[in-house]
Amino acid sequence: MSLVRALCLTALMVVAAVLQVTLFASLSFDGVVPDVALLVVVAAALVRGPEFAAGLGFLGGLLVDLAPPVDHVAGRWALALVVVGYLAGRVRHDAGTSAVAAVVTVAASSFVGTSIYALSGMLLHDPAVSVGEALGVIPLSVLYDVALTPFVLPVTMKLFRRLQPHEVAY
Amino acid sequence: MRHHGRPQRPSRTVLVLLLLASFTVITLDVRGGDHSPVDPARSLVGEVLGPLESGTAAAVRPFTSVPDFFRTTSGLRADVARLKAQNAQLRGRLETSTVDRNRAAELDGLLATSRTSGYALVPARVVAMGPAQAFSRTVTIDAGRAEGVYPDQTVLNNDGLVGRVIRSDRSTATVLLVVDRESVVGGRLGSSMEVGFLRGRGETGDTGRLDLDLVDSSAAPTRGDVVVTWGSRNGAPYVAGIPIGRVASVYASPRQLSRRAVIVPFVDFTSLDLVGVVVAQGTHGDRTVLDAGRATTGKAAR
Repeated sequence: MSLVRALCLTALMVVAAVLQVTLFASLSFDGVVPDVALLVVVAAALVRGPEFAAGLGFLGGLLVDLAPPVDHVAGRWALALVVVGYLAGRVRHDAGTSAVAAVVTVAASSFVGTSIYALSGMLLHDPAVSVGEALGVIPLSVLYDVALTPFVLPVTMKLFRRLQPHEVAY
Repeated sequence: MRHHGRPQRPSRTVLVLLLLASFTVITLDVRGGDHSPVDPARSLVGEVLGPLESGTAAAVRPFTSVPDFFRTTSGLRADVARLKAQNAQLRGRLETSTVDRNRAAELDGLLATSRTSGYALVPARVVAMGPAQAFSRTVTIDAGRAEGVYPDQTVLNNDGLVGRVIRSDRSTATVLLVVDRESVVGGRLGSSMEVGFLRGRGETGDTGRLDLDLVDSSAAPTRGDVVVTWGSRNGAPYVAGIPIGRVASVYASPRQLSRRAVIVPFVDFTSLDLVGVVVAQGTHGDRTVLDAGRATTGKAAR
């Protein structure tokens, strides 16, 4: 059963990574596309908590880092999504209850994730991004992520609830 | 989590381990340089996700082109596409005509011109585009090693130079666009035959521009001058004579010795679809290889 679960999670992350570069590339706004993988990680954090979400964030981030059109140093999205998963998991007791709180969590996560990614790029000179350019792109991606939240978050949260192993409350 | 109504503290160990893992991957990839240990993993993921991306792009193409149906009927749409292709082709011919005239004046001009008209092209479609959040301008095309596409080959379309192949998997390849900030292309001014280097600015939309640094500081590019590729040995990574763009404005900075011109590329990088990869003559692959003359008519009849 746990193998099936792992396969489902991998498939979910693959779908997120592929949709991000194909379907949403044609719906992009000024080149900015929604981070579907980030939304999935936030959903995992709200349902399953920080450890699980950080783990999933690492795998999903690595997948986004290695998926074809991307050509940057591998591990940068992984780093960003680990932090996002952990932070979103820490606030889940407040955010799991209302829709507004969930949207605020997504916005904060998106901001943190894209910023970590941009900052790591500045540190590694890969590519050498200027602060001004990063500031231009980050708000757009936050907005797009928030706009996509009502379509992605409920579905993925339901999926994660279903995939949750049946445990006695501890 | 439900002990005495107090949230349980999540374990830091997991976070620290995952962060360390991320840093390890980054370090391995940065230190590895051109022979990074991450590359096998990257090509493995490319082999698996490349066909998935091609499939998804083909599946969603009917939906992403829905807005077009409202604009015009399909018959008119085909006509418009054909005329556009023809128009772009004629414009390209006109824009390279000054270069061709200059070439013909040189002794080996005719030879080079006949060679430039003999490129073999592998047609390919753009199936995925890197997000702007990644700050690098790359696209995936649906042709790979099976079609004879290898790194350091020139990619172009009806309008002009698109970029070069930086990685190829079995059925897909990654193309670095010329507007990427890491991209440097040798360019030649059509009017004066002066050479220089074109660098991208990392912007794709209507504001996508290239900066041209001329080697000869006394050479003065003028507005409207056409820039074509200069070409390298064996045509890798760029073959010669492909139109890149038109000079929009010229600056002379007192600090630098060379003049700098801003180039508007001919290619619209936000609506890339059908592209051609320049391959060696006599390449045999899974897909029909078109020679330059037939390639353009093939695109026009699309």
